[in-house]
Parts: sequence; structure tokens; C-alpha cells
Amino acid sequence: MTNTLLTISNLDISLPEGSERSLAVENLCVDLAPGETLCIVGESGSGKSLTARALMGLLPAPHVRVSKGSINFCGEDLIQASERRLREIRGSEISMIFQEPMTALNPVMTIGTQIDEIFRYHVAMPAKERRQRAIQLLEDVQLPDPEKIVSAYPHELSGGQRQRAMIAMALSLEPKIIIADEPTTALDVTTQAQILKLISDMQALHKTGVLFITHDFGVVADIADRVAVMQNGRVVETGSVDEVLNRPEHDYTKKLISSVPSLIPRPPRTRSADVVLAVQNVQKTFGDGKSFFGFGKPNRVVHAVKNVSLELCRGETLGVVGESGSGKSTLARCIIRLLENDSGKIMLDGINLCDLNRKEMRPWRAKIQMIFQDPYASLNPRVKVGQIIAQGPMIQGANKKEAEARTRELLEIVGLDERAFNRYPHEFSGGQRQRIGIARALALDPEILVADEPVSALDVSIQAQILKLLDEIRERMNLSMVFITHDLRVAAQVCDRLAVMRYGEIVETGVTGQIFNAPQHSYTRDLLAAVPGQKWDR
Amino acid sequence: MNRSSKILRYVAKRLIQGIPIILAIVVMNFFLLNLAEGDAVDVLAGEAGSATPEYMEEMRKKFGLDKPLPVQLAVYLKNVVQLDLGRSHRHDMPVTELIVDRLWPTLLLMTSTIMLAVGFGILLGLFAAINLNTWKDAMISVFALITYATPLFWVGLMMIILFSIKNDWFPTSGMENSAAFYEGFDRVKDIAHHLVLPTITLSLFYLALYTRMMRASMLEQYGQDYVITARAKGLTERRITFVHVLRNALLPVVTMAGVQVGALIGGSVIVESVFAWPGLGMLAFESLFARDLNLLLGIFLLSSVLVVAVNLVVDIIYCFLDPRIEVN
Repeated sequence: MTNTLLTISNLDISLPEGSERSLAVENLCVDLAPGETLCIVGESGSGKSLTARALMGLLPAPHVRVSKGSINFCGEDLIQASERRLREIRGSEISMIFQEPMTALNPVMTIGTQIDEIFRYHVAMPAKERRQRAIQLLEDVQLPDPEKIVSAYPHELSGGQRQRAMIAMALSLEPKIIIADEPTTALDVTTQAQILKLISDMQALHKTGVLFITHDFGVVADIADRVAVMQNGRVVETGSVDEVLNRPEHDYTKKLISSVPSLIPRPPRTRSADVVLAVQNVQKTFGDGKSFFGFGKPNRVVHAVKNVSLELCRGETLGVVGESGSGKSTLARCIIRLLENDSGKIMLDGINLCDLNRKEMRPWRAKIQMIFQDPYASLNPRVKVGQIIAQGPMIQGANKKEAEARTRELLEIVGLDERAFNRYPHEFSGGQRQRIGIARALALDPEILVADEPVSALDVSIQAQILKLLDEIRERMNLSMVFITHDLRVAAQVCDRLAVMRYGEIVETGVTGQIFNAPQHSYTRDLLAAVPGQKWDR
Repeated sequence: MNRSSKILRYVAKRLIQGIPIILAIVVMNFFLLNLAEGDAVDVLAGEAGSATPEYMEEMRKKFGLDKPLPVQLAVYLKNVVQLDLGRSHRHDMPVTELIVDRLWPTLLLMTSTIMLAVGFGILLGLFAAINLNTWKDAMISVFALITYATPLFWVGLMMIILFSIKNDWFPTSGMENSAAFYEGFDRVKDIAHHLVLPTITLSLFYLALYTRMMRASMLEQYGQDYVITARAKGLTERRITFVHVLRNALLPVVTMAGVQVGALIGGSVIVESVFAWPGLGMLAFESLFARDLNLLLGIFLLSSVLVVAVNLVVDIIYCFLDPRIEVN
């Protein structure tokens, strides 16, 4: 066993009393060799992040603690190690990269200072040399203008740059192990591809062992040497990436893998020529570019949506894809008239909705409904589920009895128990809440659904269920849908046609299959090339 | 443009924005005060005991109180723009002179109170957060709750009984022992000695507030992701608390302190009365009963200028504490 960096054996992590289960992680056994990438895959609540924390001795003590087992790191048991010894190891021999690079960096400290701390606390080095090293590190992770970034604050960098800085920090003392906890989840696909490449380059250079925690099988396929699949605190399957992804043994692994949407688009459906919604030359800017009586600099004008035109046919699902900041959510909000567009028309059944005032708009509101991204934030926590759904029809003039009957019917359609009617949103899981959100949108018998990243916040198996539900509803009610997503896998499985957005403009539209097989615009090609796990795809 | 010149531009912009605000306050105050029944002449006549209506008319004419309100306002505004705050009919002295005389005791009391309340509030809150859920934390919370709930004037009176009457440690009232004719350092010492009780009394309430805020803010910051990052880098808890968490936790406390400076001027009226502190609060209180509107308006004007200035200072401090705030 000379060739192992880390051996975790029989690890139990106990949760405080009164939790859903008594052990967050149960009887965990994995090991890691130098230069190897071990991916721990699992859905939320599977205990993968706590495992990572346990390695660093960073469990949220005193409630959550290791109750059994050992973590053998180069012959030393980290569970028995003193706090002092652990501090020596953290950052120098084992370091960590986190999911959200904005919150994981201290907002009021420069990048340079935050890197500098590692040197200060682990090696004796004059200040000037430390700074030189910091600049060198930033250069190694391919950040532009490292001299400038060393004295920049986190908010002055983009998401990808922040994650690079975070990686530079983790690499500063050439650790033997890097623990990466969902390091690319918060990033756009093109940035994700760059960061994944950076991590594997650095790993090859320093022979680092990487423990990579993720929920994304595409990422696993691209970077893992070995995979451990976790479910409810237990490792249900381990093996080489080829074994686990292509010949899964355990039922749970099979179920997870079958839930991953394929990149091969569904066969196109027959399309009606009847246009229900036409978006014509819509523009939306934020900020007016003026300053206060000529003092100070003028405020920035952001062109969120530039001259966008779209047509949605009856029964069709039109996907709007793009990275964060491309203006897709702003467009969605303009379409349902939550935001006032600066110019352009939104034609529904031959009427320009932009000409209607608040009162005239009300009957039209029922025709376009929205499903939101975050199932936690988009439901009022103080209002019962039944009320949330029934409110819409009642505002539109239905009497209480009708609205409630309709609500019960809808709860059944979206696959929820009728008893949900008198409960509050917090009593439901993320997937169930998204079902409530869908029922709320359907309550008004809309013609058009605008779904803004409806499955991005959900685990992959739940995601598959919600997509299936949306599919059924669309068929049953002959709905037309504008489906906004950043996930091309989801888009391939859901959308009939796609519009690719970048910097507020639509760069390409076309039938999904065409866009996937023969992308015209270079940006579309970049996007498609960046989707993780393409080689693995069935 | 570099940061310091940006800040200069920002200050200039804010000062110019301040002018219409202050003028609006002056106009509002003017009408508000004139809503009150009676004027300075009524009070003077009442005190003199025998004044004929003709004499009162003459006095009103002399003070300019016989003119219609809008004219009085216009005259007042014209004078204010020329930095002339008029005369106090009661004291028969220029308002500016009276106010400036009383300004520095108030500023002294305010500054020492803020320093004490914010300084100790931050320290106590920090200490409570570090020793979370221990007896130290509990003691601090109980102390904060009691001081928060006790009325200021009562604390003042109890302090006088305890520290001035039972034990002759501090003087009961006034700002200095004027009979002793101290000079130089002795005078500073004497004033500082007189300052102790009023400062403590006035700051207790705010101290409790900042303690609780600081504690909550520290705890909130401890839960942030960057703290885990800092731990994962192998930093000591001490460094994490004092360098990473502290600076972030200070931000809401600074905001709150800035907002409350204005309230402090009002709150000092009670304390100034209890301790006979010769400050603006006392002067305002007296002039209100004498219907000495010119003087009262002057005091209000000065207070609003102070609030505008303090807010500006707080915003600038905030800029330095939090690099995310951009001045523009």
C-alpha cells in the first residue's frame, strides 16, 4: 500500500439527534493514489460534502462529528491528529476548492492577501518573496495581468476568474491532495470546461491526488479515473470510470445514469404552422446612462436584450439557451410583462401586449404563465399551497369553490397528494415544490408557459421526473412553451426548436437536431463543444 | 480615475446635494414651530407681569413678528443664506454666538458617547460571539437587555445618587468647576472628570444596541463560506476571527451608528438636563419654552448640518471598510 495517499476506512459521521437519519455518512471506505482523480458522485443529501469536510477536520462541530473509522493520510490518522497538526496539514498538504467562488472568498480582502495568508501560516518567507510567489501562482492558473489581480478584490473578477484564483490558492504549497467540492457547478459550461482542464493540467504537473465531488455525470466522464457513487450516506458502488458509467451494477447507479438527459436530440415532432406568440424586435436596457447633475460618472447602461425576434407555434417548445448574463431571463420577464421592454412588440393572438395598461392586461395574464427557477424562493412561505394555486383563478373571477375544486384536480395532475392543499411550502422537497409551481402556472389554463430554468435547482433524478411531467402536461393541454435553460442536455430532450443567445442577442435559431448536428454560429459550436461528457454519451 | 479623486468628487457631489436638503429642513422647521401657540412677546410680557397691548404691538414690530408668515420666512431665508441666523429676543444676543458657545460641549458629549458606545459595543459583541453560549455570553446578553430597557433619565439620577452623593467620586452637574479657574491641563482634567457620568448615562442604551448587533453580525459572518475557506487554508481561529470575520461584521454596525448620531442630539436633551450640561440640548429646551424661535431654528439648522455631515463621514468610512461599495 505504498502507493496510496489516502485511505478512508469504515468512516461514520454522526448527525445531531432528531435529524432525519442518525448517520450522515456510514461505513465509508475509499482510497486515493497520487495523480489519481476520484469522483464522489451523489445527489444532495448523500453525504458527499460532509465526507470532504471530515478529511480536513472541518465538520461543523460539535453537532456533526466522526463517530467511527479512520482517515489514513500518508501513514497518519487524521481523526486522531491534534487541531494544531490539522492546521499544518490544511492548505499545505491537503487543500480545498469550493463550489461558489464568490462567497468562498472574503469580499473585503484582496486576492493577493488571501493567497499570502497561506504562505504566512505555513512557511517562513519574506513578504516580497511571498508576493512574487502569489503573482507566479496567478500566472500559472492563466489569469490575465496577475500583477493587477493580486491587488484586486473578489468582486472585481468574473466567476471563472475567481475560481481560478481559488485554485491558485489551493495550489500554493503544492499539496498532495486537492479536494474539489462541486468546483464548477456555479460556472457556465465554457468556463467549466476551462476550469476542468486547468485542474487536470495542474494535477498532471504536480502528481496531486484529486478528490472531486460532483453531481454531474458529464463531468465525471470527462475527468475521473475512479468513481464512488453515494446514496444516503453510503457508497453503493465504486470502480473505474468505465465500469461505473458504462456497466453500472447497483440499481441506484443505473437509475441515476438513466436520468442524465442524452445529448442526442429527440426526433422532431410535427409542428403546427399556427403562430401563438410573436416577439418582434424587443429591446430592454437597464440604467439610463445619466449622472446626477453632471457629477460623478454616468451610470452604466446594460443592454440586456437587443433587438430580439422570436416566433412560438402552437404546441411547440422553443428553447432559449445561453450562458449567464446572456439576457435569457430578462427576455422571459419581458414576454410575460413582468418587465417593461423599451421597444418592440409582443404579439399574442394578434394583440400587442405592450400597448395594454395594467387593467387591460389582466385577462391576458392568464394566457401566459411562468414557472420559476428556484422552487424555494418562488413560493410564499406563509401561504398554504392550496391558496397559492387557487389565488390566480380567483383573481380572474372564479368563485372560491370552483377554484378550490380546480386546485385539487391540478394537484393530482402534477402528482401530489390532495392533502397538500392545506400545507405550507416548506413541508415539501425541492421537486415537490416545483410541482406546486407548475400547478400554480396551470391553474389559469394558459396557452403559453414560460419556464425559466425550471429544473436547474433539482437533482438529476428529480429533474428527469419534472421534465417528464412537463412533457405529459404539454401533450395533454396542447401547451406552447418557452423553455429557458443553460443546460444543453436538457434542451436536447425538451425543445423542438432552439434559439441561442449571447450578450442579449440571438445568434442562431433552428430545429434542435439541426443546431446540435450542424451548428452555424461559432458561439453555438463553442457551447456544444464545452458540454461535459460528450465522449461518454450513449 | 483613482480612488482618492473619486472620493473627492463624491464628497463635492454630496455637499451640493446637502444644500437643498438643509434648506427644505429650514422651511419645514419654520412652519412647524409657528404652529405652536404664542410667541416670544407673549412670554416676555407674561414674565414682566404688566404689559399694555400697545407695548406688545411695539415689541412685535421691533422683532419683525407683525409681518405675515411668508414674509418672515423670506427674511429668515435671506439671512440664513448670508450665514446670519438673526438675534435671540430672549437673550438679546446674536444666535450664532449663543449656539457656537454651546456647540462644543454638545460635540464633546456626543463624540465621547459615540466612541464609548460603538467601541465598547463592538468589543462586548465580539467577546460574546467568541464565547458563544457560555456564561460570559449570557452575562453580556443580560447586561445588554437591562441597559436597553432602562430609561435614560433614571440611569442618570441613579448614577448621581451612587457616584456623586453616596461616594463623592464624580461631580453631580455642570461641565467644569468654574469657581476654580483651572487653566491648561488642569482644566482638561476637570472637564473630563465632569464628562464621565453624562457620557456613561447617554451611551448605555446605544452600547446595548451595538453589543447585540455586533454579536449577531459576528455569528452571521461565522456561518459564511469564506470562513470555511480560511479554515481550510490552515489559519488559526484567532486570525479568522480578528481579520476575516471582524471586518465584515463591522459593516452593519457602522451603518447603524451613522443613522443614530442624529438621534443622539435629541437624546442628549434629557441627559443634559439631568446633569446640567451646558449643551445645545439644554439651550433648545429653554428656548422652546421661551418661544425663542430664532434661536430654536438656529439650533435645528445646526443639527441638520451635523447630521448631513456625519452621514457623509460614515459613507466615506464605509467605502474604506467595504471595497464593494463604489463611490459615484
